[in-house]
Amino acid sequence: MPESIPQDSVGLVQPQTLHVDQPLELECGRVLPAYDLVYETYGTLNADASNAVLICHALSGHHHAAGYHGADDKRPGWWENCIGPGKPIDTNRFFVVCPNNLGGCHGSSGPTSTNPETGQPWGPDFPMMTVKDWVKSQTRLADALGIAQWAAVVGGSLGGMQAMQWAIDFPERLRHAVVIAGAPKLSAQNIAFNEVARQSILTDPHFHGGRYYLHDTYPRQGLILARMVGHITYLSDDAMRMKFGRDLRSGRFHFGFDVEFQVESYLRHQGETFSRNFDANTYLLMTKALDYFDPAREYDHSLEKAMEQTRCNFLVMSFNSDWRFAPERSREIVNALVQAGRDVSYAEIDTPKGHDAFLLPIPEYTKLFGAYMGRVADEVTAHV
Amino acid sequence: MSERDDLRLISDWIPHGATVLDLGCGDGALLARLRDERAVTGYGLEIDQDNLAACFEKGVNVIEQDLDKGLGNFQSERFDYVIMTQALQAVLRPDAILDEMLRVGREAIITFPNFGYWRIRAYLGFKGRMPVSSALPYEWYDTPNIHLCTVTDFQTHCRRNDIRIIERTVVNRRHRSGPLTRLWPNFFGEIAVYRVTR
Repeated sequence: MPESIPQDSVGLVQPQTLHVDQPLELECGRVLPAYDLVYETYGTLNADASNAVLICHALSGHHHAAGYHGADDKRPGWWENCIGPGKPIDTNRFFVVCPNNLGGCHGSSGPTSTNPETGQPWGPDFPMMTVKDWVKSQTRLADALGIAQWAAVVGGSLGGMQAMQWAIDFPERLRHAVVIAGAPKLSAQNIAFNEVARQSILTDPHFHGGRYYLHDTYPRQGLILARMVGHITYLSDDAMRMKFGRDLRSGRFHFGFDVEFQVESYLRHQGETFSRNFDANTYLLMTKALDYFDPAREYDHSLEKAMEQTRCNFLVMSFNSDWRFAPERSREIVNALVQAGRDVSYAEIDTPKGHDAFLLPIPEYTKLFGAYMGRVADEVTAHV
Repeated sequence: MSERDDLRLISDWIPHGATVLDLGCGDGALLARLRDERAVTGYGLEIDQDNLAACFEKGVNVIEQDLDKGLGNFQSERFDYVIMTQALQAVLRPDAILDEMLRVGREAIITFPNFGYWRIRAYLGFKGRMPVSSALPYEWYDTPNIHLCTVTDFQTHCRRNDIRIIERTVVNRRHRSGPLTRLWPNFFGEIAVYRVTR
């Protein structure tokens, strides 16, 4: 934590846990009889519960979106740039809720939690989750918090996909969906990258068929490789050139395979940090949820028909250097919404930062995001 | 133009409940006005970030899209009206965008500064310099207005391309239509407003 908490931070926060006993029927055909959802909230819910904003996290995200857990925290939550007093998702005006998705490894039920039937960690036996399943589980959290309708459901990347699914599956339960750096479904190239990541985990000798917990080990090398390949796709060519260029760590060639270029050092560091903090089974499951996401599939493969289910207003935003989920993918969403006659606004942010831009303090992005959310907040006030 | 009187003129032409696409919608003033006064639904297209933010703040649907890349993402006859105010002269191919407007919309409404306006003729004629006026406030080197035309040019283009003019209003510098602008629009009109179809 910094010496003093910045004025525009939500400050010290504490995760909470919702235990749900109502069984959750999953798309894969299995049923999760009971589960825990860990979540954080920031700001205050107003009297008629109309100012609630749901934050959906991305592949490697979790419930800790803003603020600090304690004095030892080196860094705030993952979306500190966008959530807080006076920020685009203004906690002076909104009550912000961010859960950890089922199948995650940060407190919600997932492969690392105990399977009540065996008394052992679920591991690879934890059911495969889909975006649709996550959204359904999040409705239970909304019910528990007394939120009949979100002012907005907001997410970047995989989080944006959840926002879309909310709008399609529960049209009456949100007034706005904010889909940032998203896509209506993954391309073959996207799936290919995910498959490389999965194979690196699955073929790690320490993976033990996903039961590495019983062997007191984990597929460290597999996770490192998975994150390294993922990370390359989150940055743009330009961003990497600007950040590392061809800089050498020691200023000269060593004619070997140790780290020489700065970019190698960076990727290895990212991979290693990630491997210590993330569960391999969760990574496998989350990448599959990404691959499976295709809301049009239920509607004769017509995204327009899928979008006809929606009732909320949409804000779609993309970043011009994002090649993981390029602006064209966001435009597919926008076009389907226009064709379905739904309210949608779209902005394409000019930045070299690539897919990761949605997490970063980019002035143009912050301004547009803030302008839109300001209107959402005004509607809440007018509504009361 | 202060108050954007062409916007008032246009809103008078749009019936209650119509669907509209506004090309180069600026800060969304027209769409907000049409929404509030006439329950009109639709979208604006814009590329300027400040204008996008202004539209967001008004709750006006706005899509970041470059008009020079066409309207290929919109289906034919998707809108009742496609509107373009003061932007025809700033696109790469005004003829192509006009065709696209009439494909996507049943009717198109277009406003542009008339380069045949007498003050502009006088400016060029007497000063011998590229005209600068309240409707065309730029210098020759920094102007976005790369395809200026006159009322006669526009009407000739329409005639040659089977575009039917349903309605026309040409206004003077006080944004009024009078006997002179009706008698000789290409000379006395500063801003031309057209409603056209195919």
